[in-house]
Amino acid sequence: MSHSDRLDYQIILDFIEPNSRVLDLGCGDGELLALLIEQKKCHGTGIEIDEKAIYRCMAKGLTVSHGDINSGLADYSNKRFDYVILNESLQQILNLQKVILEALRVGKKVIVGVPNFCHWRGRLQVLFNGQVPVTKKLPFEWYNTPNVRFFSIKDFQNFCLMNKIKVLDHKALADDNLVSFFPNLFAHIGIFLLSKD
Amino acid sequence: MGKNSVGIVKTQYFECCESPQELKLKGGQRLGPITVAYETYGNLNNQKSNAILIFHALSGDAHAAGWHEEAKNPGWWDGMIGPGKAFDTNKYFVICANVLGSCKGSTGPASINPKTGKPYGLSFPVVTIEDMVEVQKLLIDHLGIKKLLSTAGGSMGGLLALKWSVLYPETTASVITIATNHRHTAQQIALHEVCRQAIMSDPDWQGGDYYGKSIPARGLALSRMIGHITYMSEKSMDDKFGRKLIGKEKVGYDFTQDFEVENYLKYRGDSFVQRFDANSYLYLTKTLDYFDLAEEGALVSTFRNVTANFLVISFSSDWLYPSYQSTELVRALKANDIDVSNIEINTNYGHDSFLVEIEGQSKLISHFLTRLEKKHL
Repeated sequence: MSHSDRLDYQIILDFIEPNSRVLDLGCGDGELLALLIEQKKCHGTGIEIDEKAIYRCMAKGLTVSHGDINSGLADYSNKRFDYVILNESLQQILNLQKVILEALRVGKKVIVGVPNFCHWRGRLQVLFNGQVPVTKKLPFEWYNTPNVRFFSIKDFQNFCLMNKIKVLDHKALADDNLVSFFPNLFAHIGIFLLSKD
Repeated sequence: MGKNSVGIVKTQYFECCESPQELKLKGGQRLGPITVAYETYGNLNNQKSNAILIFHALSGDAHAAGWHEEAKNPGWWDGMIGPGKAFDTNKYFVICANVLGSCKGSTGPASINPKTGKPYGLSFPVVTIEDMVEVQKLLIDHLGIKKLLSTAGGSMGGLLALKWSVLYPETTASVITIATNHRHTAQQIALHEVCRQAIMSDPDWQGGDYYGKSIPARGLALSRMIGHITYMSEKSMDDKFGRKLIGKEKVGYDFTQDFEVENYLKYRGDSFVQRFDANSYLYLTKTLDYFDLAEEGALVSTFRNVTANFLVISFSSDWLYPSYQSTELVRALKANDIDVSNIEINTNYGHDSFLVEIEGQSKLISHFLTRLEKKHL
């Protein structure tokens, strides 16, 4: 059985019940999907915009659809999946609110990975340098970045509240460690398990 | 001939639909007897579970792979079919049959009508994609195959693969469609109509009754020239020819050929006349234009009984069967909970990509088939 060193994958795997139907939005090379199929016997499908990544997904024997996240969800009927995953793509989605609500329509539960733009290192850069932060985890210069949405773990929690989205579980991590102490200051990523009636 | 070639192959012939069991066509007429030209590559396993049926495009034939004795070129999809290739003949039994209405060995307008002893010409009934599928189903039954591992086709071949999946959903585990769509659009019909008018306005066409006389060579060549423009992209044409002149230093300011692209089209047109029957071209373009998978309702409900896994491939520069048409197909499949993978391959070769862009397609298809093989073999 293959094993992933990535803690975010491990958290997501722990969130997901065996034999579930899973849609991974922005599935990349399909590494997470492959783990879900192998370890959790899930029925998985992915959506990915990068053509080269599609080949790598197919090489893993995955079912994958070439397209963008925004248009990919409309094809599916309500609650068609047990889980919809948006792990590393959230900050690159322009109409994020619409996509998350759509994901909650087609999925009974939604798992999102939230990059924390308010990690203390970033905050220091803003405070002392007076510049938009560039960190190891968020390495892009402001003028050349795939990210179009900048938010923190706390912002995301507020977003859920405003949109009546239930947070069923959440974990925060920094590098390879779980963070429970002031995650909005010390975590790089928050992973949320969401649902909506 | 490389070591990954299926080697020397021979076309075989299957006879069916003899009186009184003529094929009942969608248009209401009955047709028989029918000859089906086909080729097979690789070996059928004992369970007869490793067969893949390949459907060819408009002007294609049963000779998909390998070499005919003393031929200069291999079959039309030789890059895809053979030992170690996408359709790996070490593992799969690959079948390709010439469609009904063609002129490459199967019964069509150039065939002799047994009732009159003369070629059918325009007395041949117009056949549909459905009729073509029915005939190939008889062939598959004849070969003793109950369930195909896959059906695959590009362009017109894709239409057959789609129709098969809907008509006989239980008989194929998977479907691979390439550069195709679920219904012919107004532009596709319009282009075909220009091709047909080119043939029919040639005085040598003689109402389709030209067999044994002079053939409508100019009309058919012109028709093919038009076709060829639609198979390429603006970019691939410009890359290949640009404004290069043919055998001259400067343009002639007359109506002789100046540009290489003119010469190329003429060559393509003229060589097509040597290998294809004008009436078949008329009939097959009609067959395509009549195709509408959703003619009895919404496309989504058309697929309600389909269980096969799908791989849908399209090409970014294909303007004859543009990618968005494949996307429509994918959406309808997804709405039916059908397992579908799809990709738009970024390439400049236009509609011809399905014949030319071998590397990407090979990877996708071999991975897709490997997954199915684990489930079904």
